[in-house]
Amino acid sequence: MAEQQNTRAGWLYEPLFPDIKTWPIYQLTQQRDEFLKQVKEAAFKAVKEQTKTTQGLNEELAKTYYLERIRVKTNAWAADKKDEGPFWEGIKKKLIKISPENEKTPDLNEDKILESIIDRYTEEIAGFFSPSAYNFAKEATTFGFARLLNASEGKGISRFWKTRHNLHEKIRLQGEMEQIRSLAKKGTLIMVPTHFSNLDSIMIGWAIASLGLRPFLYGAGLNLFGIGILAFFMNRLGAYKVDRRKKNLIYLETLKTYSTIGMLRGCNSLFFPGGTRSRSGAIETKLKLGLLGTAMEAQRLNFLNNPEKPAKLFVVPVVFNYNFVLEAPSLIDEHLKRTGQQHYFRENDDYSTSYKMAKFMIKFFTKSSEISISFGKCIDLFGNPVDNDGNSIGKNGEKIDISRYFMTNGVFTRDSQRDAEYTKMLGDEIVKRFHIESRVFASHLVAFVAFELIRKRYKKLDIYAVLRLPEEDQRLTYLEFTNAVSRLLDRLREMAANGEVHLYHELEIPEIDKVIETGIKNLGMYHAKRPLLKTKGDFVISEDFNLLFFYHNRLEGYGLAKYI
Amino acid sequence: MDSQNTSDKFPVGVIGAGVFGTAVANLLAENRDVILYSRRKEVMDTILSKRVNRGQTMNPRIKPTNRIEDITSSCTLIFPVVSSSSFREMIKNFSPYLRPDHILIHGTKGLDVRLKEGETLNEKTFLNRKMIRTMSEIILQETEVMRVGCLAGPNLASEIALGQPAASVLASRFDEVIREGQKALRSSRFQVFGNHDITGVELAGVLKNVIAIASGALSGLGYGENARALLISRGMVEMVHIGKLMGGEPKAFFGLAGVGDLIATCSSEKSRNFTVGFRLAKGEKIEDILRSMDEVAEGVNTVRVTNAFIRSAKTRAPMTETIYKCLFSGMTVKEGVDYLMNLPLGTDLDYFF
Repeated sequence: MAEQQNTRAGWLYEPLFPDIKTWPIYQLTQQRDEFLKQVKEAAFKAVKEQTKTTQGLNEELAKTYYLERIRVKTNAWAADKKDEGPFWEGIKKKLIKISPENEKTPDLNEDKILESIIDRYTEEIAGFFSPSAYNFAKEATTFGFARLLNASEGKGISRFWKTRHNLHEKIRLQGEMEQIRSLAKKGTLIMVPTHFSNLDSIMIGWAIASLGLRPFLYGAGLNLFGIGILAFFMNRLGAYKVDRRKKNLIYLETLKTYSTIGMLRGCNSLFFPGGTRSRSGAIETKLKLGLLGTAMEAQRLNFLNNPEKPAKLFVVPVVFNYNFVLEAPSLIDEHLKRTGQQHYFRENDDYSTSYKMAKFMIKFFTKSSEISISFGKCIDLFGNPVDNDGNSIGKNGEKIDISRYFMTNGVFTRDSQRDAEYTKMLGDEIVKRFHIESRVFASHLVAFVAFELIRKRYKKLDIYAVLRLPEEDQRLTYLEFTNAVSRLLDRLREMAANGEVHLYHELEIPEIDKVIETGIKNLGMYHAKRPLLKTKGDFVISEDFNLLFFYHNRLEGYGLAKYI
Repeated sequence: MDSQNTSDKFPVGVIGAGVFGTAVANLLAENRDVILYSRRKEVMDTILSKRVNRGQTMNPRIKPTNRIEDITSSCTLIFPVVSSSSFREMIKNFSPYLRPDHILIHGTKGLDVRLKEGETLNEKTFLNRKMIRTMSEIILQETEVMRVGCLAGPNLASEIALGQPAASVLASRFDEVIREGQKALRSSRFQVFGNHDITGVELAGVLKNVIAIASGALSGLGYGENARALLISRGMVEMVHIGKLMGGEPKAFFGLAGVGDLIATCSSEKSRNFTVGFRLAKGEKIEDILRSMDEVAEGVNTVRVTNAFIRSAKTRAPMTETIYKCLFSGMTVKEGVDYLMNLPLGTDLDYFF
């Protein structure tokens, strides 16, 4: 940890590359026209390849128009461009013009229409990078975070200016930071965090700067661009827009091409592989593989195009560990609605104003206990560990040449089915890493135990019935609760010793009562109704059982229920 | 794909010169040069001098070796065909020589179990799916190779050796593996079907051995076709039930690797597993039968593994449980049949619909 220090500006590390002009993400903006042209051409080629014939392309265009019309009419967002309606109306007219009943015109055909749609999508997706906005955001977050943090203690306006707490004591960055810094100099980083809260985006940006890394290309949900102040910064920090509502082939290919070419040009990339915030509160088990697949494609092209000195991509799994998630009530509500009935669920647009966002932040910092962001060991795109020099390490401890995964009989081959399978296997490995790198908090532990004890008591009821139990049936005696916590803690310690999970330092306290006290105190502390409370009569109760379920889910996937 | 023209220049590797390994090598040699690995030098010498192994005449395009590098450095496509009990050890020995561009297609119908040190597999052992590995899972676990496949189906080695027509299923998650395997194996007498559910196909091939033992036992008692048909169809139900619990799709069991292989092994005295059951019914002891056999009957170990697995999974599989008792806890085959015939079973096809 020799390198680590609290820099004057409050960062954990000095920047690795102080000269902004050398950053690929900056150069992307400098060469924006050329970059976007490359994206458009590649996306065009990709769509043509997949639709195969003119007939196929025609059908795809018609389908795209149809889906987009529905989206414009029924699910408009604040971030949408104002001319959506007229644009798609224009596409419709062009589609009619080229239909077989009408005469062919030389300057209008399927390809031209495709070009105009890809044009529009590319311009919509693309972001900028502005050094001054970047520098300002860096200062503002550190300053803002620190002020909010210290405002939680003391009284009067003066408290706002005291720096009693070090930010890094409150938001702990843990894990393989040295390795990440080392690999940042050797290749391209692909950061894949878990996603529990809208706050994750800001947190990870701050964490990246704190590690002294160059900013990342970041695929942010389009809905976030509807929030004034956030949109202002994201637009200027290299974030590109991902619209979850658009599921048509042309859009998806354009988006993926944008990401691939960004990586090919050496930009570090960040995306949430879960696709959206975890509704249940559990660590992701199923990942969206689209953007992950673009990393696979970029790696293949790097080997193919530059066999002498191919740039390597490194995957960094990151886990956010929170004691509470502000959006928990609405998230778990959506989760239960989704699983409870085959309910059509609309991707909605919550936290849609700057005011809500600001309120959210203030509460977060003033009320929260510690947060941990854990950075996992880096892996290559085939799930192999890498050493600090970027070499992939095989099962026998030897260096392996991963370019050979793209070879058949000694030559590079292009095989999208093969690469899609590799991507699935990488997804499985990332999920495994998430579970290992997760830091178990005392609050996670108490929530899991309390909920499982009740569930065990009513074995015959399904989850919805358990959640609807009257309050008096959800009561636990402190004694049975303590015994179960103690059993589970033993198991977790065993797992941690085997490297299957990490325990946060508070779980090392030997006195079980203290662990429980910490857990109950921190668990969802912001919520008006507390997920867990200890009563004077030595009972453990929950004021909001859905929330308890949400926080309990954090420890799902470890096979722990049988230890309760 | 662009690989089409490049594959022919590489020889294909086969690991294991047992009956099936030899048959596979001969099949491959019809299309390509083959390097056959056996860790025993005397096997290599016999093949070189007599051109015969395990009763099969060896194609002149087969070159035997006992050096691992000979195979791994010149072949990208390799078929490991060794018994499940030595599979992991073999793969571990090969692992340092295997590279990410190797493709491994195994032909072993068995399961591997990892127990804690000092533990043995008996009726009390707790066994969940994580402790059981199929052969392709061993390859993924022990090597850098990701492109794995498996070969399963009604492939009685002696019939293949005679040049009779046959077919196999080649299962892999990768189209490329299926394609490369097909190119190497296909001939006018050997058809190869592709399947993406490698776990399902592996399990179908493995679990059918249990039923094959039972079928041999029925024959040993002198029972006829009614009994066998009853066994095969009810056996299928049990296979699908256990296969699903172990992570296979039911569909794989209805193909060549499942029902196809089941019919072949359940009616053939050439099958080793069938022979175990047959001799058991004649009153021989399992230890004596196994001692006198030239090659491993995979089904015997599979019965042990599945019996422990179903009990640990808190489910029932009456046929497997009964076969286990006949093999290891002194129940006679006749008693076993009586027990099964008196079970108050419900509907015919209860597991999958």
